[in-house]
Amino acid sequence: MVGRALVPGARGWSNRRVDSESEDHGTPVGRRVVLGMIGLGAAGVAAGPYLQRGVDAALGAVAGKDPTGLTGLLPGAGGFRYYSVTASVPHRGETDYRLTVDGLVDRPGSYRLADLRALPQDRLVRDVQCVTGWRVPHTPFEGVRLSRLLDAAGVRPGARAVRFTCFDGAYSESLTLEQARRSDVLVALRMQDAGISHAHGGPVRLYVAPMYFYKSAKWLSGITVTDKVEPGYWERYGYDVDGWVGRSNGRDDAPTA
Amino acid sequence: MHRGTAALMGVCLATAAVLYLPPLAELVGRRRTVVMVHEWSGVLLPVPLLAGLFSAAFRADLRRLNRFAGHDRQWLRAVLRRRTGRPAGKFNAGQKLYAAWTAGAVLVMAGTGLLMWFPHLAPLVWRTGAGFVHDWLALLVAAVVAGHLWMASRDPEARLGMRTGEVSGRWAEREHPLWRD
Repeated sequence: MVGRALVPGARGWSNRRVDSESEDHGTPVGRRVVLGMIGLGAAGVAAGPYLQRGVDAALGAVAGKDPTGLTGLLPGAGGFRYYSVTASVPHRGETDYRLTVDGLVDRPGSYRLADLRALPQDRLVRDVQCVTGWRVPHTPFEGVRLSRLLDAAGVRPGARAVRFTCFDGAYSESLTLEQARRSDVLVALRMQDAGISHAHGGPVRLYVAPMYFYKSAKWLSGITVTDKVEPGYWERYGYDVDGWVGRSNGRDDAPTA
Repeated sequence: MHRGTAALMGVCLATAAVLYLPPLAELVGRRRTVVMVHEWSGVLLPVPLLAGLFSAAFRADLRRLNRFAGHDRQWLRAVLRRRTGRPAGKFNAGQKLYAAWTAGAVLVMAGTGLLMWFPHLAPLVWRTGAGFVHDWLALLVAAVVAGHLWMASRDPEARLGMRTGEVSGRWAEREHPLWRD
């Protein structure tokens, strides 16, 4: 930052008086720009929620017709964002995917994809709301009601909660037994009317319609019935265990169910 | 000091890209680690500049960057009209504006970032607004820093000056004719 010019024409102090006027004095524009930025930033924070809504609407309209997908890179352009807590997630498919059900149940079991597909399927179309702010409207999910799998396994008396584990090796989630038995909680096999892709947590993910999307664990591989709620991965870092959309995590989004 | 700031800014922008762009997020994963690196490089970003305040030469440079004289307005007019004859002291008006804008942007990014980092600091509407400002200003910062790098890539003599602290008299006479000390 600091340098010295070897200027041949510079004659020390004789020039200094003239220059000191131009270099060290004058309008403090720099300070004004810094303060102006801070002012604009504060105004942006205040107006942000309203501007965000307008931008969401405008970009949402454009993004649907944008073949390049570039609008998807702008903030608030809608669409899903990919979050994973591990470095890489293995792929599981027809032959090697297993969903185990165990814990406080009479009949522990394990399901292949074909077994899950053979069970009655429910379809739900709700908004997806992420706790970080993005929302994707009218997203169809299809799969087996979690309550059906719990009934098939035979939940023992004394059970209070259900813990979910994932084949990414790190993520986990929990619901109370009462929450887990809701009709809008699915073990989802399809999303947006197609098989769930690996990036979206396929082949099987949890779908908890009334809660923030971190509750809908991706890459679901284990269901364990327990005697108390064990906080999931993000919940150990401060997220609410009861993640109702609009009634938790200090947010007031419109409920999704 | 410039290198420290540049490295931290680079880390901030790189981790932001990983957090923000789905293909990069899929490639890297490890979301919690990336978030922590982003948060810490962000709050440390002003530290090299604050450390620089101990240097009298740096404080003198800050004074130069702050003050705009008549020749700075002339420089801006010449740039806008794509004319030659752009008088400048040690820093030209563009460099002064870049320095001030970036300093302001870093402060705003740190403020909005802290609001999101510690969700219990402020009510929800503030956090939504902070997220909005942080996201859009991040795009601007990335564009402006890219412009800064592009200008530097076209001026080897200026880069040499940043590395060694010395520039040739001919270059200084041409680019910064009013620079004397």
